Formats: sequence, structure tokens, C-alpha cells
Amino acid sequence: MSERLAQGDVVASGAYSVDRDRLVRYAGASGDFNPIHYRDDAARSVGLPGVLAHGMLTMGLAVQPVVERFGAARVLDYQVRFTRPVPVPPEGAVELHVEARVGRVDEEAGTARIDLTASVDGSTVLGKAQAVVSLA
Amino acid sequence: MPVAADLPGRSYPDTQPYLVGREKVREFARAVGSRDPLSLDVEAARAAGFADVVAPPTFAVVVQDLTLSQLLADETAGVDFSRVVHGDQRFTARRPIVAGDLLTGRMTVTSVKTLGGNAMVTSSTVVRDADDQEVVTAVSTLVVRGDA
Repeated sequence: MSERLAQGDVVASGAYSVDRDRLVRYAGASGDFNPIHYRDDAARSVGLPGVLAHGMLTMGLAVQPVVERFGAARVLDYQVRFTRPVPVPPEGAVELHVEARVGRVDEEAGTARIDLTASVDGSTVLGKAQAVVSLA
Repeated sequence: MPVAADLPGRSYPDTQPYLVGREKVREFARAVGSRDPLSLDVEAARAAGFADVVAPPTFAVVVQDLTLSQLLADETAGVDFSRVVHGDQRFTARRPIVAGDLLTGRMTVTSVKTLGGNAMVTSSTVVRDADDQEVVTAVSTLVVRGDA
């Protein structure tokens, strides 16, 4: 696939609803059964305000706009910093908004770095969230 | 107990082989909101040249977690799980993980930095397939909160 990508272009975006149901599904899918991700008492016992989303769930969701645009097999590298925890209430849901912009195109290597902005309630929750995709 | 001074450079044995199941890939893909036919539809994956469904980019965490469990279980490492927060994470893939892969992980602690009473423990897990070929490297920094 050859396509013209220009630095700064928004190439994809998405919104993902995160509720307790999703946390339990991710726990089962990933094998991460740390109870701070599904039990308020366990979260409070280690000084947290309540249940938090798995950082790896947030990371997994945040790359999906890139996956939809380019396909899972073309993501060569993906990194994030976990800069802000995502509390998830017992009822209802929080919304993770993701915007994917072209950070850099490497014509020679046939790759592009896609920079992700992931936010909940207007605050970014991931830092240096970057995916490198193959354009070949 | 503080993080062991001689932790950087420490490696752990290869994990037991992990067989990537088709339904596990689909379950993981649905859990992270994927709608990619490569991850959900065997026929779509085969049509694209893969042997089976393709795992999402963060799936290697399943094998990485097996190696981090080795670190957390090592009492001489001094990494107290109840004080650990995930600081950062990176996956660098040589090829996508596909259902049917038999994966092992080998982890090495690459650095320990102290910052404001916290220890930042960075480790690198190399995930290999049954042919001993490298599939993906997962690098993770765990922040171990100090007593303060």
C-alpha cells in the first residue's frame, strides 16, 4: 500500500468506553488479575481512591485507531508512558478519546511514526505515546 | 526491603512455552476494542498471508507478565509488588504474533534508577518462537515506591 502521509495529519481517531465490565474482560484476556482493577476495597487498601483501569488496557485501547487504519500486522513498534491513572467508577463509564497524528515519515525505511494523544475528561493519560507503522 | 543493588544485569530462565490460542487472541482483541479482521477472522488473516489470526500489538504483555512474575517472586530482588506502579512500556516487533505460536520469554533487568525515593526498574523481555527466532522485545519500567 502506498499512501501519502504528511507530518501533522490526523490519520485516525477513536473513542472507547471504559467501564468495570471492560476491566474484568481485560483481566481475563490478559491474565492480569491484580484486584485493584476490579475491587474498590483492594484499591483503597494500597492508598488508591478506587478501582483503576489497567495501564496495559489503556495502552491496548489507545493504539486501536492506528490498528484500524493500518492493520495490526503493520504496527512495528509501540511505546507509552503511563502519566495519569484512569479511575473507573462502579457504575457508568469513562470515555477514552484518542487522536492519531503523523509525527514523522521515513520514506527510506517505508515507515511512519504516529503520535497518539489519549485523554479522559480532557486530561491526557499517556505520555510519549508513539507507534511506528510500516507503509510497505 | 530496598531494590537490590546488584539487580541490573540479572536474568531469569526462559519461561515455560506459551501456546498462543486462536480464541485467546480473539478474546484479547475484543477486550482492547479491536475491530481488525486480521485479529478476529481466520479467513481474513489467511487471505492476508498469515497462518491464523494476528494478535493485537500489545498481546506480548501476556508473555512479558510471566517474566515479571519471576522478578516479583525473587525475594532477593527486593521488588515489592504492593508498591509497584507501571511507569512505561514498549513493544518492538520483528513480526506479528499469530495464533499457533509457541512463545518463550527471557527477561533481563537492564537498569535501576533512583528518583525521589522511588526506584525505576527497567527490564527487557525477548520473546522467541519455537524456532528460537526473535518475535518481539518488550521493555517495561516498573516504579517501586519508596517508604516516604
